[in-house]
Parts: sequence; structure tokens; C-alpha cells
Amino acid sequence: MSNWFYVGLGWTIATVALVAYALWVIGRGRALSRRLPPERRRWM
Amino acid sequence: MTSSDAPAGTGSTGTRVLGLVTLAGIALGAYLALVASPQDENMGDAVRLLYLHVPIVTMAYVGCGLCTLASAIYLWKRSEWWDITAAVSAELALVFTALTLVTGMIWGKPTWGTYWVWDPRLTSTAMLGLLLLGYAAIRRLPSEPAVRARRTAIVGLLLVPNVYIVNRSVTWWRSLHQGTTIGLQPKIHDLMFFTLMFDLLVGALVFAWLLIHRWRLAWLEHEIELTELDDAIAERRAEAGVAPPASPSAPHLAMPRTEPTA
Repeated sequence: MSNWFYVGLGWTIATVALVAYALWVIGRGRALSRRLPPERRRWM
Repeated sequence: MTSSDAPAGTGSTGTRVLGLVTLAGIALGAYLALVASPQDENMGDAVRLLYLHVPIVTMAYVGCGLCTLASAIYLWKRSEWWDITAAVSAELALVFTALTLVTGMIWGKPTWGTYWVWDPRLTSTAMLGLLLLGYAAIRRLPSEPAVRARRTAIVGLLLVPNVYIVNRSVTWWRSLHQGTTIGLQPKIHDLMFFTLMFDLLVGALVFAWLLIHRWRLAWLEHEIELTELDDAIAERRAEAGVAPPASPSAPHLAMPRTEPTA
């Protein structure tokens, strides 16, 4: 296999993994925010 | 804070701006790495994996460093803020260390002819990954928040010494892995050096964006844990016919509550 196969594989796996992790963080953040009253979301 | 201006998730104006800058950086960094920069005379196009691998490794080290620092401050100050910072940094370090191993293995196949060898650098990186998995496991053990924070802080202190072993492994032992490429006098082509530096900057932006969002998520988890504890105590008191205490927050928690500043 050419080097480009490995280059594509490496970039694809890293991108998919980081995007999936970011989406999980954002999705879980939205879900948990709904369970807390506004005065307890206090990092702003 | 009213319900209308309370955040509906972990995002804010600042993180949205940071996210847009990061996305633009990723696009430009990928263009530089995959199109603009030249082939390496030894590695050929496989060098393009290093523009991804090196920033990922660096951010894994940054996550470990941040976790050790936050753990040390937690053991000194006993503040929830530093406990959460340590836990979040360790999780990000685990994600980036796993990606370090995967991208390193993929780079190893065309360069060394094999995905894995028991080389000092690879083995010590795998050991670092196992230590981070151990940290995550201890974090999930059911225990009092203060006990859990103290246990994980002690493990967190071990991360930087481990990173030092990983970093020095190529000089202490005979290794297949290459040594330092970027130092005071870089040994690579100008555009390759620029691409590597630019992608390191993009890696730092990605890490910062993830760190902020993950920290806020950890704070939400922490607040929900406290709310559920308050509710459970109130329920038991009501069942027993005991009047609630003057303070609504859980008084039995050993850790003092501190205001977040992030």
C-alpha cells in the first residue's frame, strides 16, 4: 500500500475520534444543563 | 442569573469564537500538511503523519503536566476547582495518548515496516496510557468526593515523572524511534518546520477548546451530584420528621465548596 493510504488512515482516525469526543462533550453538556436550575450553571 | 441568560450547554460566546478560529486553523493546518509541504527525502509522504502525530503527542504531555500541577495544588488547597481541573486534564491526556499510540503505529508501518515493536519510546508511552486508564478507573470507584479527589491527586502526581521517562527514553536506551528533530537548530526544511509549528499551535487551540468545554461539563456533573445528594438528604429528613438545616447545601461533605472562576 502507498504511503498516502497510511496518511489518510491516520488523519481520518484522529479527526473522527476528536470530533466524536467533542460531540459527546457538547451533547452531554446540553443534557445536564437541562437538569440544573439556571442559578447553578455558574461558570460564566 | 435568570433562566433567559443561563447557558443551555457548555458553550459561550468566547468558546464559539475560539471554535471558529480553531476550525479555520485546522483547515489551513491540514492544507499545509497534506498539500503545501514537500515530501521528506527518507520518509516520503509518510512525513505528513508527523504534522498530526507531533501536536497530538505534545497535547498529551500538556494534559499530563496540567493534571500533575492541578493535583499538587489540590493536595495543598483542597479546592474542588483544582480537583475538577486535574480530572479533566487527565481525561484529555488519555484521549491524546490513545491517539498518540494509534497515529504512531500507523506512521510506523510505512516507515519501519511494522505497526508495533517493544521499543522504549513505544513501550513507555503505552505505560503512560495505562497509568491514565488507572486514573480514570480510580475516578469512577464509588467513594466520598474528598477521598476520590485525594486518591486521584496522588496518581496525578506520577504523570509528569512518567512523561519525563517517555521523553528521555530515546536517549537513555537504544531506540528505533527518532530523537529530537526540532531544537534550537531545526534539522528540517523551512516550510516543513513552519507547518509543524503551525500544526502545534492548532493542536493547542483544539486542546484549549476541549478543555474549557470538558471542564464546564465536569462542573455540571459535580453540581448535579450535589443536588441529588441534597434531595436525598431532604427526603430522608422528611421521612424521619427532622427539620431541614439552615444551609441547603450538603453539610457533610469534607471538601469546602469554592466558587469557580473559569
